[in-house]
Amino acid sequence: MNMLSADFQQDFFRLFDLPSRFRLDSASLEKSYLALQAQVHPDKFAHLPEADRRLSMQWTTRVNEGYQTLRDPLNRARYLLTLQGVDTQEESNTAMPHEFLMQQMEWREALEEAVQAKDIDALEKLEQRVQHEVRFLQQQLAVDLDDSHDYAAASGIVRKLKFLEKLAEEIGSAFDELDS
Amino acid sequence: MALLQISEPGLSAAPHQHRLAVGIDLGTTNSLVATVRSGISTVLNDEQGCALLPSVVHYAADGEVLVGQAAQEEQSAYPHNTIVSVKRFMGRGLKDVGDVSNLPYRFVETSSSGSGQAPGMLQLRTAAGVKSPVEVSAEILRVLRVRAEQALGGELVGAVITVPAYFDDAQRQATKDAAKLAGLNVLRLLNEPTAAAIAYGLDNASEGVYAVYDLGGGTFDISILRLSKGVFEVLATNGDSALGGDDFDHRIYCWLLEKNGLSALPAPDIRSLLTHARAAKEQLTDHLETRATAVLSSGEVIDNVLTRAEFHEMSQNLVQRTLQALRRALRDAKLTAQDVKGVVMVGGATRMPHIQQAVGDFFGQAPLNNLDPDKVVALGAAIQANVLAGNRGGDDWLLLDVIPLSLGIETMGGLVEKIVPRNSTIPSARAQEFTTYKDGQTAMSIHVVQGERELVSDCRSLAKFELRGIPPMVAGAARIRVTFQVDADGLLSVSAREMSSGTEASIVVKPSYGLSDDEIARMLQDSAQYARDDMQARALREQQTEAAQLLEAVDNALQQDGEALLDAAAQARIRTSMEALRAVIGGSDHQAIKRAVEALNQATTEFAQKRMDQSVKHALTGHKLSDLES
Repeated sequence: MNMLSADFQQDFFRLFDLPSRFRLDSASLEKSYLALQAQVHPDKFAHLPEADRRLSMQWTTRVNEGYQTLRDPLNRARYLLTLQGVDTQEESNTAMPHEFLMQQMEWREALEEAVQAKDIDALEKLEQRVQHEVRFLQQQLAVDLDDSHDYAAASGIVRKLKFLEKLAEEIGSAFDELDS
Repeated sequence: MALLQISEPGLSAAPHQHRLAVGIDLGTTNSLVATVRSGISTVLNDEQGCALLPSVVHYAADGEVLVGQAAQEEQSAYPHNTIVSVKRFMGRGLKDVGDVSNLPYRFVETSSSGSGQAPGMLQLRTAAGVKSPVEVSAEILRVLRVRAEQALGGELVGAVITVPAYFDDAQRQATKDAAKLAGLNVLRLLNEPTAAAIAYGLDNASEGVYAVYDLGGGTFDISILRLSKGVFEVLATNGDSALGGDDFDHRIYCWLLEKNGLSALPAPDIRSLLTHARAAKEQLTDHLETRATAVLSSGEVIDNVLTRAEFHEMSQNLVQRTLQALRRALRDAKLTAQDVKGVVMVGGATRMPHIQQAVGDFFGQAPLNNLDPDKVVALGAAIQANVLAGNRGGDDWLLLDVIPLSLGIETMGGLVEKIVPRNSTIPSARAQEFTTYKDGQTAMSIHVVQGERELVSDCRSLAKFELRGIPPMVAGAARIRVTFQVDADGLLSVSAREMSSGTEASIVVKPSYGLSDDEIARMLQDSAQYARDDMQARALREQQTEAAQLLEAVDNALQQDGEALLDAAAQARIRTSMEALRAVIGGSDHQAIKRAVEALNQATTEFAQKRMDQSVKHALTGHKLSDLES
């Protein structure tokens, strides 16, 4: 692999020319994304020499990775914490507040029941409740990351959101399962 | 040789000549080639004026190979040696094909050319020997290449080959190999629904969310795209790479067997009844009933009347399967049917009235059929080929496509750890770290799979490879970073690296289902075409063309940015390499040209990076300026 420039390695917020914070203007992000893609995308380089094509693929991959990272709130929070040198301890720290775990168990039971009863309505209701909780936690993340800079608290929320993301995925597969 | 007229350094390069490029729709039932002429995308017809080349290849005992209509005429007489719908076998093992007893072929199961652990792509025994689906497809592509070269009066710079959006890595790789074997330079593998969206979107200046419902002869795709000014963004794709018009034929075929109490027919009868089944299906598009009559080799006469209502009932669950995929795609795109502004119908099989009805009901609006569903994919591919060949400015539109199926690796207990999730925009790369589970473990086997299921056994095995030379450590101490890189064709390469020692292993994922480079070389040697084309001369010509393009590209780059980005010494170094290449380009030593091309590529690496950095900066500055203006 060839050496890549310092511009290539700059952080995603700089790459997309956005302020380094959790609260994000998604319209600006998308605008930067498309402007960057228009410059680096492999379709613009298909007729050029191999070296240019390789560089284009590396850049586009980087731009796509950045877009995925910044667009998704959970990934964006993780990334901000990494930039701060904070370990979110998603693998090592499994201690969760009691009431959060209780609620998780309740929701997982509701999921199982909905699947067994083939109850699409119940599944949709559960999905809404989970989404509501996700939005609530994201608002808290914004406060912890952008206002109070309480990275320990933010890491705690990241760990909770990871749980909820997994649950949301399982709800998605349950919809597929009930459909087939 | 016109290609070698190169301008003096410092002078402007000769005006771009139109580079000949085509789009090819390599279909299950029919294949087409199209190109952009005078700014308009046009399908190229054969000498008889036919656009559609039946995707049928006949191997005669005397070594003659027939493709298309002529091959189709042989299919009932020589079913073993006449391959139809070969696309269904691309990148597939025997167990993927399902019930082979109703297929009139002599299959050969082969072990993988790579690790030997996973089964390889199936092969077919014909009068001309054992053929891989890649070779059969290459025959079809070769006919289209020759058709295009004759129509356009020159060698092609390259081709865009379309593939079903839901094709996995093995199927994509097989398609690319077939194109190489047919002597085509693949500019891009393009997803069929995306190609259709280009043809449709540019024609209609569409904006908003569109669904492309593409039911071909053997594959089904649904893609949800957002079209906005100059951007085609695929939000999600889903489908079934083993569901198509053929399956509807098959329902009628099974109905005929049942009606007449038949089983275990000889191959010619299977082929003949399948042909009648297809004809009946097509009849029922415009008629409420149809009659299937045939005489079997035993002398038995088949004569049955099939009504449209009966046909719709027997195939309703196939239609339902497409709707399931549709719902999954919308779910992944986080949209509902109401968000979709229009539904574009693609593929001959969408002519069936109950498909039109079901799709219309699902979206609550009549589907769009204003482009010929047989041609729209080839037309879109030609438009994209024209751009990729460099015939336009290149800033006309942006195509953002995705991978259809998640990529992952096997972990403990036969479970899959997903690394690149489905619907990731490509090109895409992801890395994940793994560790050893035994003390002193020095090797690690890496099994790459594709699919959505949790168990390895339910996913497609793409490749297995081994990372050796891990320094002995206690279990869990090694850090093995596995990186997946998916390129713009949706093709995967995987590398693995032990982080503390730097031990590295990397592969382009080909072994299990793909062909090795050696096999491709052997097939090239074997092909009758090899003798006719002077391969040596062709290789030299290709090398010269590449060199000429490189010189032109570097020349343009130096004129634009040389002064601004490079000091005098750096510019001089590049010019020296250019002179060295110019000195050998007209000669006949293709190795010397190759070396000079490599040297020039090397000399311009840093310059290319600086130019890329500059254009990235420019991208954001430009957008800030436009913000101020608006």
